Order: sequence, then C-alpha cells, then structure tokens
Amino acid sequence: MWTERSIEHEKASRARVGRLRPQAFRLPVLAILAAILPATLPSAVCFAQQTRIGNVTGSLKRGKELYRRYCVGCHGVLGNGQGENAPYLDPRPRDFTAGVFKCRSTDTGHIPTDMDLYETLGRGLHASAMPSWFPLTRQQRIDLIAYVKTFSPRFHEEKPEPVVPVPPEPPASPESLNRGLEIFKKMECAKCHGLSGRGDGPSASTLTDSKDRPIVPYDFTTGERFKCGQTNQDLYRIFMTGLDGTPMPSYLKDLKPDQAWDLVHYLRTLQMNYENSANNGAVKTSPARQPGRSIRNALRAVSGSK
Amino acid sequence: MSYWKANVSAFVGAIILSFCWLLFSPTPRAFAIPAFARKYALRCSACHEAWPKLNNFGQVFKDNGYQLGNDRDAPIDQQPSYWPVSFRITPQWHRENNNRMAVDHTPGDAASGLTEANVTASGFDLSGLDLWTAGTLSKNISFLVLPSADASGNFHFEAAWVRFDNLLGSRWLNLKVGKHELDTPISEKRFLTLTASGGFFQLYHFTATSDINSFGGIGDNQLGVELMGHSRNSYTRYAVSLLSSNNGDVDLPTNQTYDFYANVNQAFEFHDLGLQRVGGYVYRGESPTFFLTSGGAPIPGTGRGNRPFYRAGAYGIWYIHKLDFSTLYMHGKDNVFLGTGTPANQPMALPPGAQAPTWNGGFVETHYTWSPQLTLVARYEAIRVSRQAFPIGTPLPNGVPLTPDFGNTDAAVLGYRWYPIMTSRAGLAWHQEFARVRIRGAAPLTGQDETTSSFLMGFDFAF
Repeated sequence: MWTERSIEHEKASRARVGRLRPQAFRLPVLAILAAILPATLPSAVCFAQQTRIGNVTGSLKRGKELYRRYCVGCHGVLGNGQGENAPYLDPRPRDFTAGVFKCRSTDTGHIPTDMDLYETLGRGLHASAMPSWFPLTRQQRIDLIAYVKTFSPRFHEEKPEPVVPVPPEPPASPESLNRGLEIFKKMECAKCHGLSGRGDGPSASTLTDSKDRPIVPYDFTTGERFKCGQTNQDLYRIFMTGLDGTPMPSYLKDLKPDQAWDLVHYLRTLQMNYENSANNGAVKTSPARQPGRSIRNALRAVSGSK
Repeated sequence: MSYWKANVSAFVGAIILSFCWLLFSPTPRAFAIPAFARKYALRCSACHEAWPKLNNFGQVFKDNGYQLGNDRDAPIDQQPSYWPVSFRITPQWHRENNNRMAVDHTPGDAASGLTEANVTASGFDLSGLDLWTAGTLSKNISFLVLPSADASGNFHFEAAWVRFDNLLGSRWLNLKVGKHELDTPISEKRFLTLTASGGFFQLYHFTATSDINSFGGIGDNQLGVELMGHSRNSYTRYAVSLLSSNNGDVDLPTNQTYDFYANVNQAFEFHDLGLQRVGGYVYRGESPTFFLTSGGAPIPGTGRGNRPFYRAGAYGIWYIHKLDFSTLYMHGKDNVFLGTGTPANQPMALPPGAQAPTWNGGFVETHYTWSPQLTLVARYEAIRVSRQAFPIGTPLPNGVPLTPDFGNTDAAVLGYRWYPIMTSRAGLAWHQEFARVRIRGAAPLTGQDETTSSFLMGFDFAF
C-alpha cells in the first residue's frame, strides 16, 4: 500500500530522474531490458505438469539448459520454431507453443503423452533435420521433455488422453491385402498419396500444414521409415491418430481395428524397400518382424495367384 | 552531474550491460566445425560440450561417420552450393618462460661458454591454420582431409582418410584407411588447452631421456587402417588399428614394421549425474635402432634393428552434472636398445646395467561447463619414471649423475574458454590459459629442475 511517505519518496525520485537528460539513462535502461527480458520470457511459462517416465522425473532447470544446448538453433528460444536455422529447413521446426504434435498415441486434437514425446526425441523425425537424440541419457531426454512442455499452456490445461489402443496385429493374408486395397480406395488415400503410393495424388500439390506452408504427402515407394516410427504398430497408430498439424486426418472413427490392420498390410506392399528394410538390423529387433514376414508371404501368394 | 559525464556514464553502463548480456545471454549460438553445422543445422553445442571437446551426441555422430541417420547424410541431399570447408586459427598474445635455458655467456660469442638463464618472451602471435573438410562422399562412405599450416604457412597433412561405415549393415564394422587420429581415450585433438606448455598431454608423448624411439606418442595421428564399432548410442565402443611404424610421417621415413593399437570403453548412466565412461587401451609398436647409411648418412625408410615398445592403461570420464573429470593412467615401456640409444646390431655397446626404461603416469582434467558459452578447465599431470635406462649414478652428458627421479614431470594447466559471439555459421572463442611444466633434473647444465610456463589469451575462431 502506498503511504504518504512512499508517495513523496516516489515523487522525489522522479524529480531526480527528470533532471537528467533523457539520453543519460535511455541507453542503460534499454541495455538492462535487453539483458533481462530474454532471460525472463522462457521462465514465465514454466508451469507445466510434472514429467515422469518410469521412475525418472524430469527437471525443468536441467531441461532448460539442455534445450539451449541442443534445440534452440532450430526451435528458438521461445520454442516457436523460429530458431536461426528455421528459414533454411524443410520441413520447418515444430512450433512448441501451439502444443500440436504429429507423433502421438492420443486421439487427434489432443496433446501427446510424455512417452510419445520421449519416443519422438529418441527416434528423431525421418527425412527432416530432427536427428535421433538417443545418445543423450534417459534423464536428459526426460528433462528436455519437461522443458518443452512449458512452451504451451495446453500441457497445463489438458490431459494427454484418450490414448488410442493398438490391438494385436493379425497375420497378413492375401485376403487382408485385398481388403486393405479396398479401404485404401474407400478412404480416398490416393487423393494425396497417389494410387501407387508415390505421394503424387491429385491433391498433393495443394496441401498445406497448419501454418499454411506447403507440405508433401508421404511417398511409400521410397520410404523405409515413417515420420513417427517404422513398425507396423507405428503405421497403425499414424492413421488412427492422424498427424496433427498436417492434412493427414485421423481414421479412428472411420475404421475398425481389423480394417486398420488390413490397411497397414496393404500399405506395406507399396513400400518397395520394405523387404530390404525388414532385413536390416533395425527392423529385425522390432515387434513387426513376424508380421512383416507374413505380409511378404501374403504378397507372394497374391503375386502367385495373379 | 554534467551532461558530458552523464553521457559517458551511460555509455560505460551500456558497455558493461551489453557485456553481461553477451555473457549470460539465453541465446547461445555456436559451431565447432561449421561445415557440419551448416550441413546439419545443428549448433556446435549439440556435438561439443564446449568446442572442440565432444559430448556423447558428437561422439555418436563421429562414430557414425559424420552421419545423423535421418536420411539426409549423402551429399546428394545437400544444396549444390554447400561446400564442406572450415577454417580454424587463433590470433593471440602469449608469454613463454623457461627458467633454465642454456645460453652463451656473451651473446654471439660461442667461445664464452654456456650458462643457464631465465628467458622470457612475449608478444602477439598467430597459431597455425587448420583447413578442415570432412563429411560424406556417399551414404556410409565418409572422409576427412585436414591440411594444416604452421604459423609460418608451411603446410602438412594432419589427417586424410576415407571410412567405410556400417559394413555388412552393422555399426560394429567401420573401416578407416589413411592418416587418422587414434581412437584415444581422451582426445588430444579436441581438448580445451592451447598453450605451448599445456597444448598437449605430456603423458601421451613422453619418452625417457636418451630414448631414440621414433614414436611420437598416442597423441599423434598415425597412418594405417582402423576397424571400429559402437553400439547405437556409442555407450559401448571399440577400435583397433594397424599402423605403419613411422609415427604418421609420409614417405616411409623409418622402417617396414607395423604397430598395433586398441581401445575399448563402456559408458553407463549413474542416477541423474550424467554419462560415465570407463575403458582401457594398449599401443604396441616397434621402432628402428639404426639405419642403412650412405656415406655415413642414414637412408630414410631403411630402419633396421627394430625393437618393441608399448603404452597401456585405463581411464575414466566422470560426470557430476556440469562438472566432469577425465582421469587417465598409463604405463610405458621401451626396449633397452631404444631406451639407451644403442643400435641393435651392436649389442656389445649396451652400457653395463642398462635396462628397459619404464614409467607410470596419469592426469586428472576437470571441466566445469557453466553453459555452452563458458567452460572452465584445469588439469594436473604427473609422470614418474619407475626404471631408468641407465644405472643410477651414471653421468649424464652434462656431467651430473643420473638420479632415480630424473625426467619426472609435473604439469598443471588452468584456463577458461568463453564463446561470446557465435552464429549458426561460425564460432568464436575467447581463450585464456596458464600452463606450467616442471621436469626433474632437466636443466641442461646444472641438472636442476627445469620449469617452463606459458600464458596465452586469444581468439580461437572457426568458420
């Protein structure tokens, strides 16, 4: 509360300042503001929920330091994807302030779980400038996630749910591939991805992301990995949850789990490199190994029947 | 306060605050090998704890053959204008001191006799220049070429190699051919000290007095092939090298034998302290003791009478959040012919009581990484000769009898590096360092301890 004395003191202070030439203090004040403001801005949004994966809890303080070491060049100090490298990158770095993420296990329109972010960080984003940060320690990755979440109030206001379940994968068969093809047509996947999955559908050239920047559909024929993983489970999750921020919608309400698996099996047949990728070390250790075999067997059966 | 004074104080205040802003700015920007930074859009701090010292992400990047693995590694994926070249040089002011240098009594008069003097030199200077180009020739084929000039502009090839990565689809098989840095436990090529006394690990280059071993130490780049492998996050690593016994010098200057080097290490996470790493290494080589001669002059490449030597040890790198300690132990042994400088074809010339010299040494180097923009470094090194090549009491060339502690070395370094202005295309570090080395009995005339010290401050920049 202002007292008479404090008001007088304030008046006297202002009078003293007023006697100085404006040029005498303008520069220091600006310098002080310049020094203080950038430091206070990120901390002003440090209110997100606790980040915990397994028995490891993320530290905001350490996460902030790690963010400045590893991430700020692309994602920017404010997490808005406006780092110094952003103009040269395609696709552009993620804007964390929007709280919109492609790779999620949650339904479209919802924030990702901590584990989603953890896996994205460890995996990297294929065909982008985002590398795998798996070389960081587990603690460091969780610290980073804790800090990244502070950029968007959504992590404070919303819960990362509902999580879209991924049921066990049924074995592929010639019938499932045919059903998958029908679903591919029915869902009009070819409008963007093209009939042969080359990403050259009639709408491909018109697509834009949530920032109104041009975006190209995934080309199945050249890809061995997806943005959000490389296993069949990852592929299932991608089109059941959608890739938020891109034109790729969620098909959770349109497809039953069996249908989704049929589509997974069919989409794998579009990947010319899939057999090779299934033979490389990365996929050998993945849970998709056996289903991958069954798809190839089914594909051979289809080819043989033709 | 007058108008003039107010302006001056405002200006000074602005300078100080700007300095503070630079120091504590939340937007550090840095690159170490800017060629990589430009290619991959990653800051130097992503790969370097404080450049040029690597962190584990940088180690993995290096182990992967300068590839990130996100399908943009091959040069075909880069802009045609991309040219992977970096420069590094250090304009500096430095002071060098030697407390017991042998000088003529009367300068210019060789007949006046020698005396020991405390000699100091100082002034502005320039380091050598590294012209560094590295990257990928294709996916899974990497290269590095490092023409390096000394301060006078004389060039040599510090390194030049090609590496075939992920052979048979396995990250455990990578083959490098050419002149390369050994997979040393703690890299001397990427450490944070630059002075004449502290710009190398004494231990990596130590040889006993009178030793004629041509091996310059595991800190020197060597010519040969290296097979190395690593786990996905490089927590587990191994490297074995087969090298020409010529200390990395071109034109086959010494002999026809081969050296062997191996290094294995394992990292593990310990609570939230950071990544800890332990490992062991061994270098086993041979060096000639005499050469064929022509008119009494040695013929390069005709080394004969090869005799063995080895260096072996263990190390650990320990992190306690921002504070880390690099610790290393080494045991060294040279053959008696090497240690005494005796040609192996004249075994009778071996001095009575001569033995193969052995020594033990170690160092502790600590860093406190305040931020990616500021790091403090301190190091203490000690080398103790456990067995002299000549019997104790043997007169040295200066007439002083050999003592058991002759050649024992103690070295200390203290410094910091501050990276004030860095962009996504280049890096600049302000470097200050003091280093002091004391060698027991090494004074050329009196046999007293010789001490050298260096102080350096300068701008280390890379573009």
